[in-house]
Amino acid sequence: MSGAGSISNRPPAAQAGLTDPATTNAATTNPATPTFSAEQLAEVRRLQALYPDARGALLPVLYMAQDTFGWISLEVEEYVAGLFGLSPAHVHEVVTFYTLYFRDRPGRHVISVCHNLSCHLAGAPSIIAHLKRRLGVEVGETTEDGRVTLLSVECLCACEAAPMMQVDDRYEMNLTSAKIDRLLDGLA
Amino acid sequence: MTAEKILTRSFERPDSHTLDGYRASGGYQAWPKAQAMEPAAIVEEVKAANLRGLGGAGFPTGTKWSFIPKNHAGPVYLVINADEGEPGTFKDRYLLERDPHALIEGMLIAARAIRSATGFVYIRGEYVEPWRRFSAAVRDAYAAGYLGRGFDIVVHRGAGAYICGEETGLISSLEGKKGWPKLKPPFPAIKGAFGAPTIVNNVETICHVPHIINRGAAWFAGLGTKTQGGTRMYSVSGRVARPGVYEESVAITLRQLIYERAGGVTGNGRLKAVVPGGSSAAILTAAEIDVTMDVDGLRNAGTMAGSAGVIVMDETVSIPEALMVVARFYAHESCGQCTPCRESTGWIYKITHRIVEGRGRRADLDTILDVARRGAGTTICAFYDGAVGPYISYIEKFRSEFEALTEAAVAAAPRRVVVSHA
Repeated sequence: MSGAGSISNRPPAAQAGLTDPATTNAATTNPATPTFSAEQLAEVRRLQALYPDARGALLPVLYMAQDTFGWISLEVEEYVAGLFGLSPAHVHEVVTFYTLYFRDRPGRHVISVCHNLSCHLAGAPSIIAHLKRRLGVEVGETTEDGRVTLLSVECLCACEAAPMMQVDDRYEMNLTSAKIDRLLDGLA
Repeated sequence: MTAEKILTRSFERPDSHTLDGYRASGGYQAWPKAQAMEPAAIVEEVKAANLRGLGGAGFPTGTKWSFIPKNHAGPVYLVINADEGEPGTFKDRYLLERDPHALIEGMLIAARAIRSATGFVYIRGEYVEPWRRFSAAVRDAYAAGYLGRGFDIVVHRGAGAYICGEETGLISSLEGKKGWPKLKPPFPAIKGAFGAPTIVNNVETICHVPHIINRGAAWFAGLGTKTQGGTRMYSVSGRVARPGVYEESVAITLRQLIYERAGGVTGNGRLKAVVPGGSSAAILTAAEIDVTMDVDGLRNAGTMAGSAGVIVMDETVSIPEALMVVARFYAHESCGQCTPCRESTGWIYKITHRIVEGRGRRADLDTILDVARRGAGTTICAFYDGAVGPYISYIEKFRSEFEALTEAAVAAAPRRVVVSHA
């Protein structure tokens, strides 16, 4: 379903889930029909209350949405917009500004290789070439089995251990081909 | 004569990140002292210590605090910039992971100085482990009663954008928007986060504050130069034998840092160039490293102390290739708000790319210099000026290396033109 078609003229509150108790208990993890559980909606309200203006919680709630639905579809943007009384366009502008929100389903693991200066001096191009060969994908692509998405990114600020990369939440440092092979073998 | 370790004094303790570990190394002793001081007295103490911002701009911290309007009735916010992203810099990651309570104690004191009841700590999104460590420390500080009695901390994760390390871009992001910097004035101290007076300080800057209260401004000022007190954490990387974080006086020279601390150039190679303060600092040649690393020393040398990210390059490094990598960074991270920055960073990356690929043109170098200079100083924030530093200095100081590539490409040009029209 195209995003353009899904962004309607309905007032945001009608999409919020907050106004309709029936939807709050029917959580889905489908990014095409996103709904938070009652517990998650309570967490949204807790986060919103931390900020002088509730919209300060938009980035954390987008992280919640990504954790729940796997990625930020246009439908998820619209759903989150409703939780804040914001326009879907505002949320789209935010989601597309940052690099850590996925606008398509990523692999089960995301590998982000630093390609900035210190890592470049330490051989990041050959690290990236090795990963491309091993995974059979280009940078920006996901393996056919959905296991790994390969990205190359700007400075992750671990230059003392260059070359390095991030695998999901973890920083993997002082990379060699052998270390990469071991890491890849450990990814389910 | 290595400087006394202050910020990094407990880094070797396995429990340095815990409340007990922090207390055991003298932590949470400055806060009761600060509670007995008038807020204005804290500001004066930090001013007298000559503490300067260690995130990049080097602005005097106490002076910044004094910009909060007197007798302001509404809320005042303290925002900590933990959006470490300057290429070549990794010190704040160490502080968040290994000494998170130092930041909390520093925030308590800073908040008293500026009469703030709420602090936000903006941690870059990729820093998951530092975020976990710091969040755990915040929970422990609440349980121990340091937080929640007149001062609260909200830990906020960024989502991947270098520009959010710019203080007004950070504020936009904290407000739930894309991280577009804001026009100044009004400065954040007058109208910052959520429209309220706001002080934005770097992690390392605030971690110094408990020590200043404990040991006095005169002690701190005496550690540095006439215009900048204290030590700071140098992130040293690139082609050096022992890359890592080194805490040293701001009066150390770049030569000492590279050769006496970081073990010299990898494999005893020959030094070619050094970036002294993160990628936005102008590059120095091997002949220019007898310079002190304080804010004013490096400014007088035509570059900047920035975030103290020192990137060392030896003779194996291609400077044009290094500039291409740096230019790719600025092109990727430009937020797109101001036309000179948005367009020039993209153009300059494309030109450096074609030079490195062997498709350069004779006019390319002057085109880069012209584009760089025209845009400098015309944008809302300092991002583009930071890009101009490397654009101009890499080419001016290593022009013959660029020309070797463009001349070789020109010599090969007729053949290439035929191919491209085939």
